Amino acid sequence: MSESDVTASQLGLCTCHSCGGLSELLPGVHEMRCRRCGAALHLRKPNSIARTWAFLIAAYIMYVPANVLPIMKTGSLFGSQSDTIMSGVVYLWHSGSWHLAVVVFIASVVVPLAKMLCLTLLLISVQRGWAEHALERTKLYRVLEFVGPWSMLDVYVVTILVALVQLKSLATIQPGPAAAAFGAVVVLTMFAAMAFDPRMLWEPKEAHHV
Amino acid sequence: MLTACHECDLLQREPILPPGGVACCLRCNAVLFRDIPDSIDRGLAYTLGAAILFIVANIFPIVGLEVQGNLHATSLYGAVESIWDNDMQGVAALVFATTILIPAVEISLMLYVLLPLKFGRLPRELAPILRIVAAVRPWSMTQVFILGVLVALVKLAHLAHVVPGVALWAFGGLILLLTASGSTFNMHELWNLVTEKE
Repeated sequence: MSESDVTASQLGLCTCHSCGGLSELLPGVHEMRCRRCGAALHLRKPNSIARTWAFLIAAYIMYVPANVLPIMKTGSLFGSQSDTIMSGVVYLWHSGSWHLAVVVFIASVVVPLAKMLCLTLLLISVQRGWAEHALERTKLYRVLEFVGPWSMLDVYVVTILVALVQLKSLATIQPGPAAAAFGAVVVLTMFAAMAFDPRMLWEPKEAHHV
Repeated sequence: MLTACHECDLLQREPILPPGGVACCLRCNAVLFRDIPDSIDRGLAYTLGAAILFIVANIFPIVGLEVQGNLHATSLYGAVESIWDNDMQGVAALVFATTILIPAVEISLMLYVLLPLKFGRLPRELAPILRIVAAVRPWSMTQVFILGVLVALVKLAHLAHVVPGVALWAFGGLILLLTASGSTFNMHELWNLVTEKE
């Protein structure tokens, strides 16, 4: 960091998280609001570390039933069958659509897990006050924010299958409990990424305004 | 004019951008803001197109299954209902919010902002509206939904004869227009309008 690098917070300036405008923080005044848009002003996202951990741990917990429990149950003349996310991927692979199997595997299994592990890494790096690789860690955070919604894929697949395959005597598909758990994982990891404040990656541990 | 990077908090001067230019943070290279030529005219065109396709995509069936001469089709809302009826109210609410409610809110608020601006007037309550647009945007998941429909179709293709519905094509156009309107809706420029008004 060169000497000319001055952050807004070092000068007592606060960026509005809603409109991006700069406001001067007045000492001793609590609950300030942005002049331009009226949003509550915080130097950093409030309780960023604790809130990110809370969402993240909840997401880790929900990730287990999301993968272990069946995501849908197929009933037909030839008996019934339960599918987990992984068995659905295996099925796609064997039925010849290996490219879709790869897409579903990446969107449903790899992305949520990688997202949770990366956020864990970012949180630990902030809490331990790592000074190196701030740029790389910020880029990692940008990727996390971008991929967030894509893990909803399997929830939508199940929704369409359940709606279409209601052929009373021939075949029916019902959603399994993993669909709800999986939706929860996606929402919780998105909340976790939103609660994390990437500006903490750039400042020494003592300067955290959390 | 000073600005602080929203990702690393570096204080820097706002550059004057050439048409179509992008201002990036000097330290972390985050995109600070863009200059988007004709953002109101183009944004309005894309958003109006998106609004029309959104209505078509929600009225008509997305896909149908043909079994023994019977066609069983579903629309997006029908799919939400059938998940709800299968005792998955949470999932139904999530699908409803991310594919119907939030895209509808996003499109109508963008029209609410762009239409008056096109005729040279400043929309009322611009600041709270912009805050809502920014807050709901990450939860709008039409693109992911369409990928999900395609995966479901492949899974069903060998089970029965799959008939793509009108809404599937409308959704295809909708995701292109939504992406285009999202990238022409210039938050930075609109917030500057709020500042000028004061």
